[in-house]
Amino acid sequence: MRQRSLIAITAALAAGSLTLTACGSRDDSSSGGGDKTTVVIGVDAPLTGDLSALGLGIQNSADLAVKTANKSEYVKGVEFKLEPLDDQAQPSVGQQNAQKFISDKDVLGVVGPLNSSVSQQMQKPFADAGLTQISPANTGTELTQGDGWKTGNSVRQFKTFFRTATTDEVQGAFAAEYLYSKAGIKKVYLIDDQKTYGAGLAASFKANYTKLGGKIVGSDHVNPDDRDFNSVVAKIKKTGAEALYYGGEYPAAAPLSQQLKDSGQNIPLMGGDGIYSGEFPKLNKKADGDLATSVGKPVEQLDSAKEFIKNYEAGGYKDAYEAYGGLTYDATWAIIEAVKIAVEGNDGKVPSDGRKAVLDAMAKVKFDGVTGTISFDEFGDTTNTMMTAYKVENSAWTPEYSASPKLG
Amino acid sequence: MNELPQQLANGLILGAMYGLIAIGYTMVYGIVQLINFAHGEIFMVGGFGALTIYLWMPDGFALGAAIPLMILGGVIVSVAVATAAERFAYRPLRTAPRLAPLITAIGLSIVLQQVVWMWYPDAKKDHPFPQFEGGPIEILGANIQRGDLFVLIAAPLCMFALGLFVTKTRSGRGMQATAQDPDTAKLMGINTDRIIVMAFAIGAAFAAIAAVAYGLKNGQVGFRMGFLMGLKAFTAAVLGGIGNIYGAMLGGVCLGVAEALATGYIGDIPGMDLFGGGAWKDVWAFSLLILVLLFRPQGLLGERVADRA
Repeated sequence: MRQRSLIAITAALAAGSLTLTACGSRDDSSSGGGDKTTVVIGVDAPLTGDLSALGLGIQNSADLAVKTANKSEYVKGVEFKLEPLDDQAQPSVGQQNAQKFISDKDVLGVVGPLNSSVSQQMQKPFADAGLTQISPANTGTELTQGDGWKTGNSVRQFKTFFRTATTDEVQGAFAAEYLYSKAGIKKVYLIDDQKTYGAGLAASFKANYTKLGGKIVGSDHVNPDDRDFNSVVAKIKKTGAEALYYGGEYPAAAPLSQQLKDSGQNIPLMGGDGIYSGEFPKLNKKADGDLATSVGKPVEQLDSAKEFIKNYEAGGYKDAYEAYGGLTYDATWAIIEAVKIAVEGNDGKVPSDGRKAVLDAMAKVKFDGVTGTISFDEFGDTTNTMMTAYKVENSAWTPEYSASPKLG
Repeated sequence: MNELPQQLANGLILGAMYGLIAIGYTMVYGIVQLINFAHGEIFMVGGFGALTIYLWMPDGFALGAAIPLMILGGVIVSVAVATAAERFAYRPLRTAPRLAPLITAIGLSIVLQQVVWMWYPDAKKDHPFPQFEGGPIEILGANIQRGDLFVLIAAPLCMFALGLFVTKTRSGRGMQATAQDPDTAKLMGINTDRIIVMAFAIGAAFAAIAAVAYGLKNGQVGFRMGFLMGLKAFTAAVLGGIGNIYGAMLGGVCLGVAEALATGYIGDIPGMDLFGGGAWKDVWAFSLLILVLLFRPQGLLGERVADRA
C-alpha cells in the first residue's frame, strides 16, 4: 500500500515538473523574421502570487520598451523579443529561471527580478554565463557592493549585475534625513518583515537615523504573510514613538498602518518603495499622513515620463505599471542600448559572442530614460540617486520633497 | 498603561476566527478521517463571495444591513465549492489509500487559489473589504474594534447552534453515529453519503462566516489568505483534539492567545529579546502545540483515536 502511494506521488511530481518544463520551453525556436536577427530579452518577476501586481507592471513595461524599439527599428537588423518567466517571488524558482535563460542562446540580457532575495540566487549563474542582468527593483546594497559596504569596503560582487533602482543605503539615508530634519520626528519604532529587502532597508534607516541623533525606541519583526498586527501595535503604544518605520511591502504594511491608527495611535507609518504603491491607500482606510520614499522624481512630474505613461496607456495593458514601471522601461532600454552599441561596433551585425559584447557595452550605456539619466557606476549601481518622499493625502500619494541624499 | 487586557482581547479575537475555520477540519476529519487541506481555500472563496455581494449593493447601503446578505453570499459560495469538491474530488477516492485524497486536497487548494487569481476581477492584488465606521469600543480595559465585535458575537452563536444541531437533531445524531462507525451506521439505515456532504457543508458555512470576520477585521481579502489561516486553523483543530467540535474552538482560542502573548511579552523577558515579537510568535505557538501533544497526544479535548488513525 505504502509503496503504491509513493509511486503515485512520484508520478504526480514527475508529471508536474514535465508540465512546467513544457511551459517554459515553448518559445525556444527562434523565428528569424526575414533578414533580422532575433535578440531575446528575458524578464523575471513574480507574475503570480501576492506581489504579482508589481510583477505584471514590470512585465508590461519591459514589453513596451521592446515594442517601442522594434517599431522604430532602433537597432537596425535586430528584432527584439521578450521572454517573461514567473519566479513566484521565490528564490529557488528564480534560479531555475536563470538556468532557462542561460540555456537559450538568443537571450542577451535579462531584466529582473523584483525581490532582492530572488536576485541573490540568480546572480551567480548569470555571472558564470556572462549574461547581463539589470534589476529595476533590487535595492539590497550588498547585491552590488558586498557585505563590506557598511564598513566602507565595497567590492563589486558580480560583473554581470546592474540595477536601475537605487540602493537601500541611499533610500535609508534619505528616509532618515527626511523624517528627522524635514518632518521633525525624533522617536521612531522600527519593524521589518525579515526579507532581504525589508531587513536591509530597516537596518540602513536605523544606522542613518541614529547617526543624525534620532532615537529608535523599540523594534520588532513580523511575517510578510501576516495580516493581523494588533499584538505588535499594542506594544508600540507604551514606547511613545512618534512614527513607525516599516521595512517591507504594501500587502502587510497597509493593515499594519490601519491597525496602528485603529488602536488610537495617530502616528504615521513610513516605508520605502515597497509600500509606494497605489494599492496601499486603497487597502488602508487610515493611510492619510503615511509616508514613503521612492526612487527618482515622481514619474508624473518628469517630461520624459509623460511619453511613457501615454504609450503605456495606449498599449492597452490590463494591469497598471505600478512602482517599477519607469525603472523597468529604463532597465530594458539599457539592454537595448547595449545591443545597439555592440551591433554598431560589429558592422551592423550581432556579434557571435553576443553576451560578452553586450556586457562590455554596458559600461558605455548612457541615455535619458523615463526616470532620469541612466548610466551605471563601477559597482553596477545606477548613478541616478534622486529620491522622493511621498505622503498620503486624501487617499493618494502626493510628492513632498525630492533630493539626492548625501552619503557617508 | 497595562496592555495585558488588550493582548488577551487580540488573542481572543484571532483565536475565535481560527476556531471557526478549525470546525471544518475537525468535522470532516471526525467523519471521513480526511485532512481537507483545501479548507483554507474554502474560507478564502467565502470571503470573495461576501465581497461580491457587497459590491452588488447599491451605494450608500448601510454595512450593518448588508452583513446578513454578505454572510449568505459567502456561505452559498463556500458550501457550493465544498460540496462540489466532496462530490467530484474526494468521493471517488473514498476507498483509495489515505495519501491519495490528501494529495488531492493539496492540489485542489492550489487550483482554487489560481482560479480566483485568474478569473475574479482584479484579484491579483488584495481587495479592500468594507469596514465599519467609528472608533473602538472599550471593554474591560481593552479596545475592541467595531469589526471585531462581529466575530466575538458570531463565534459563540455558531458554537451554540452547532452543539444543538449535533445533539438534538436526527441528522446530528446520524453524524455522531457515522463518526463512531460508518459501516454500522450505514447498516442502521443512515445515509452516510448525505452525512458526509453535510459535514463538508457545515464546515464550509463556518469558514465563510470566519471569512467575513477576517474581512471586517483586516479590511482586505486576497486569494492567498486561505493558506496561512488554514494552516493555523488546522493546528488549532489538532491542539484542541481533532474530531471534537468544542476542542476546535478551544484550540483556536488557545492558539490565538498564545500568539498574542508571545508577541507582546516574550521579548521583554531578559535575555529573550531576540526570540520575541511578531516574527517568533508562530514558533511559540507551535512549541505550545508540541508540548500539548507530548502530554496529551489526543489534544486538549480529544478522544483516543488510536484505532482509527
